[in-house]
Amino acid sequence: MKVKVLCRNPDDYVRETTRDIQRVPRNYDPTLHPFEVPREYTRALNATKLERVFAKPFVASLDGHRDGISCITKHAKSLSTIISGACDGEVKVWNLPRQECLRTVQAHEGFVRGICSRFCGTSFFTVGDDKTIKQWNWEAPGYGVREEPINTILGKAVFTGIDHHQREGTFVTCGQTVDIWDEQRSSPIRSFSWGVDSFSCVRYNPVETELLASCASDRSVVLYDTRESAPLRKVIMQLRSNTLCWNPMEAYYFTCANEDYNLYTYDIRHLDVPVTVHMDHVSAVLDVDYSPTGREFVSASFDKTIRIFPKDKGHSREVYHTKRMQHVICVRWSADNKYVLSGSDEMNIRLWKANASEKLGLLSAREKAATHYNKKLIEKFQHHPQVRRIARHRHLPGDILKQKRELREMREARRRKEQNVRKHSKPGSVPLLTEKEKHVVAVVE
Amino acid sequence: MNGESLEKKDPFPGEAPIPLKQLQKFQRGEKYKVPAGASRRLKEAIISSEAMSDLAQKQAARYDLLLPEDAGFLEGDEDEDTNTISQDVIADAVDITSGSKYFSLHLSQFGPYRLDYSRNGWHLLVGGKKGHVACIDWQSKCLMCEMNVMETVNDQLDQAMFAVAQKRWLYIYDSKGVELHCVKKFNDVLRMQFLPYHFLLATASATGFLQYLDVSVGKEVAAICTKMGPLDVMSQNPHNAIIHLGHPNGTVSLWSPNQKEPLVKMLCHRGAVRSLTVDKTGTRVSQSLDRKLKVQRGLLSAATGDIVQVYQNVLGSSPVSKPYMAHRLRGQIWGLAYCPFEDVLGIGHGEGFTSMIVPGAGEPNFDALDTNPYRSSKQRQEWEVKALLEKMQPELIGLDPGQLSKVDQASFEQRHKEQVEALGFDPLAKDKFKPKTKKKGRSSAGAIEKRKRKVAHEDQRDVIQQTVQERTEREKELKEKSKEKKNLENKTTLDRFRK
Repeated sequence: MKVKVLCRNPDDYVRETTRDIQRVPRNYDPTLHPFEVPREYTRALNATKLERVFAKPFVASLDGHRDGISCITKHAKSLSTIISGACDGEVKVWNLPRQECLRTVQAHEGFVRGICSRFCGTSFFTVGDDKTIKQWNWEAPGYGVREEPINTILGKAVFTGIDHHQREGTFVTCGQTVDIWDEQRSSPIRSFSWGVDSFSCVRYNPVETELLASCASDRSVVLYDTRESAPLRKVIMQLRSNTLCWNPMEAYYFTCANEDYNLYTYDIRHLDVPVTVHMDHVSAVLDVDYSPTGREFVSASFDKTIRIFPKDKGHSREVYHTKRMQHVICVRWSADNKYVLSGSDEMNIRLWKANASEKLGLLSAREKAATHYNKKLIEKFQHHPQVRRIARHRHLPGDILKQKRELREMREARRRKEQNVRKHSKPGSVPLLTEKEKHVVAVVE
Repeated sequence: MNGESLEKKDPFPGEAPIPLKQLQKFQRGEKYKVPAGASRRLKEAIISSEAMSDLAQKQAARYDLLLPEDAGFLEGDEDEDTNTISQDVIADAVDITSGSKYFSLHLSQFGPYRLDYSRNGWHLLVGGKKGHVACIDWQSKCLMCEMNVMETVNDQLDQAMFAVAQKRWLYIYDSKGVELHCVKKFNDVLRMQFLPYHFLLATASATGFLQYLDVSVGKEVAAICTKMGPLDVMSQNPHNAIIHLGHPNGTVSLWSPNQKEPLVKMLCHRGAVRSLTVDKTGTRVSQSLDRKLKVQRGLLSAATGDIVQVYQNVLGSSPVSKPYMAHRLRGQIWGLAYCPFEDVLGIGHGEGFTSMIVPGAGEPNFDALDTNPYRSSKQRQEWEVKALLEKMQPELIGLDPGQLSKVDQASFEQRHKEQVEALGFDPLAKDKFKPKTKKKGRSSAGAIEKRKRKVAHEDQRDVIQQTVQERTEREKELKEKSKEKKNLENKTTLDRFRK
C-alpha cells in the first residue's frame, strides 16, 4: 500500500524572526478565488469613491500683482520658474516651490500683451500696449543696478502677441500684421497679412518649427510657413478664436479657443472639418494650453472656471473653480505634466494639480502599485452606471449650473426645430449636418 | 580556432512550452474576435487587451509549477482494495503528525454531535444536540471555549465569532464563549450557511422562512417565505453564493436574497431529498436516502447509520462502482465536514467526534491572501479589514457571478433606439462608400461605378445572410409541421397493435 497524507512543515509557512516580513504563499487557481468580477467591481466602486474623497486640486495662490494678469509663460529650461505679465505693465518672475516673487520689472506702460521665453533660457521678450518689444535677462541685475532691457524695439502699431522659434534666434509678433523678426535686426524680416485688420494670437509649431498659426479678427485661423512667401490657408469659423495652441506630440493638430464657448481641434491637412469639438464651457474660452504629453489640454474661460479636456473627447474630465477666482484670462500646463497655472482678473495666479487626487511627493513602491491598480479598476468599470455616476460628479457653482441648463435647453430647442423642418420638407432638401460640420464657414487657400 | 563550435547553443531555444491542461485551468471566458466592420481604435483595443489576458494566463500557468505542496494519495497493492485499509493501518504507515490527525473525542453524554470547521481549517466547533458546544484547535487539541447552552442545538457555524441555532432563537458567541447576541427575529432555525464574501448568514427555519443576516452590519437583508414547509436540507454553492434547499417532494430549489421566488426549481428524486451538497466548482450532488453527503476535490463522502464511505472521482464522467475508503463507527452519524486544507474528514456521531484521514481531500496549496491557516493575529486583523472593504452587496448574488463583466445587450439596444429617435439619424451606422475622385482622367463615371460595384455586395452581405437564414428556418418549421400532420392523418385504430 502506498499512502501519502498532506503534511505541512510550519517552518515553511511562518516567518523565522519578528524582524522578517510575513510569508505569503500564493495560489492563483480560479476555484480558490470565486466571485472575481463582483469583487473587482466592489473594489472599483471603492476606488472611485476614494478618488473623489482625495480630489483636492488647489495647491497655492501667488499673490503680488496689482492688476489683472494678462499672460503667463514658463521658463524654457527650469521647472520652478514662471513669469507673468499684468495689465498695468508689471512683469513678475516667480519661484514656484517657494511660492514667492523673485523679481518685479515695470516693463511697459499699459497692458503687457505677451511674454515669451527664449529657447536657451537666458532671456525673455515682452510686448505691450506702448508698441514696444523688449528683451530682458532672466537673471536679476546686481544690487543697486537699475533694471534695463537688453534690447528695445519700437514698432508702428500695438503688438498683441509674441512667440519665439524653438531653435533659431527668430521670433514672431502679431498686431496689425504677423511679423517675423530676427533678434539682431530692429525691423521685421518678413511680414504676412491677408486683408485682416488685427491678429490676436500667434504660435510657432513646437515640432515642425517652420509652421505658424495665428488667430485673426475676421473669425479665422491662418496658417503660415516661414519658408513660403504668402500665408498657406485659413479656416473661417462662425465666431472669433481667442487663442490657439499646437499639440506638442502631434505636429499637425492644433486647438483653438473660440468665443462660441467651444474649443476646436483641427488637423492642418483637413481644415474643412474639425477633428473634435470640445463643448463644456458656458462662456467665451480665453486661453488653451496643451500638456507636454499631448494627451490633454487645459482651457481657461470667461465663466470663472478652468477645464481639462482629453485631446480626443468632446467633454471635459475635470473642472476647477473657486469662489475667489474671477474671469480666468490665461492658463499654462507645467512642463512636468503635474501642475496647471491659471492667471485671473483678480490679480492672483493659482497653482492647481493636473490630477486632482494625485498624492504629491515620493511614493513608495506599494503606494505606486496601489494607485495604478485603482486607476486601472476605474478604467475597467467606467461604463457601469454606479461607477460612472460617482466618477463624473463634479460640484459646479450655482450660476454656471443654471447657465449650463439654459444652454442645453437652447440646443434642444434648435435641434427639435431642425428635425421638424426636415420632417416637413422634401427629403434631402435639408441636409443632415453633424456637430463638427456646423461650425466651419469656409476654408480659403 | 572554430569559434562557432566553442559557442554553447541553447538546446531548448525559445520559451518553455506550457501543458494545455494547465493553460486551460486559468482561462476565463473565450477569446474575443474583432468584429467585421470595426474601426481602427476598436481593433487595437481588442488586440491589446487580448494580448494582456494571454500574458496573464501564461504567467499564472507557469507559476503553477512552483507550488510547494502535492496532494495526498492512497494506492493499494495489486490485489488489495483501498476500502479495506483501516484507519489504524494508515495512521501507523504515515508520520507522527499525520497519524495524530486520526483521533476520537468520546462525548457520549450530550447527544449526537454536529460539527463545523473554520474557513482556514484551524478551529473546530462541535455542538451536541443536548446543548454542549465546544470550540477547539483540533491539531494541538487546545480548547478555546466550552459551554452548555441548556437547550437543543440544531446547527452551528464558525468564524472568529460563532453562531449557534438553539431551540428557539439564534445566538452568537465570541471566541471565548461569551454570548454576544440573541437574535429573536430568527426563530426555529434548523440549518445555517455562511456566505463568506458577502458576510451573509443564511438560515432555514422550521416555519419555511429563509432569512439572510448581514453579520458585519447586523441587519436582516432578506426574509423569504418559501411556502414549501419546514426547511431541513440546505447547502450553498460556493461558486455563486446561491442557497440550495431540498424538499420532501424530491425537488431542489435555488434561492438568492433578491427574489421572493426561487430562481430554479428542479425535480431530482422520486422520494424526499434528504441530503444535498455542492462542490467548489458548482457541481451538485443530492441524495434521497437518509444519508449525509459532503464533497471536496472530487471525493464524495456518504454516511448512513454508523458507516462512512468515501468515493473518488465522482465529478468525472465515468460512474464509480466501489468506494475509495470506508470507516465504521460506534454511534449514529449526525454530521460530516471536510477540513479545508488538511486530508481530514470530521465525523460527528452519537458517541462524540471522530477525525478520519482521507488522503487527497485537502487543498495542498492555499492562497495566503484569501485564507491562511498559519496567520498571525496582525495578519488576521489586516485580512478582516480588507475583507470588509471588499464585502459584496447582496444585490450582486445571481446564478452567473460573472454577469457584471458582460455587456447588457437589452439596455444597450434600448438606449441606441432612443438615441436614434432623438437625433434623427443613427450615429453608429457606417457611412455610404464614397469613392475618391482621382486625377488625370481616372475618375470618369464608368470607373467610379466599377469601384462602387466592388464594395456594393459587402453592405448587403449581412442582410442577405440573415434573410436566407430566416427563410431556411421557416421552411424547416413548415416541413416539420406538415410531417406531423401526415403522421396524424395516417393513424388508424389498429396502429396501437403495431410494434
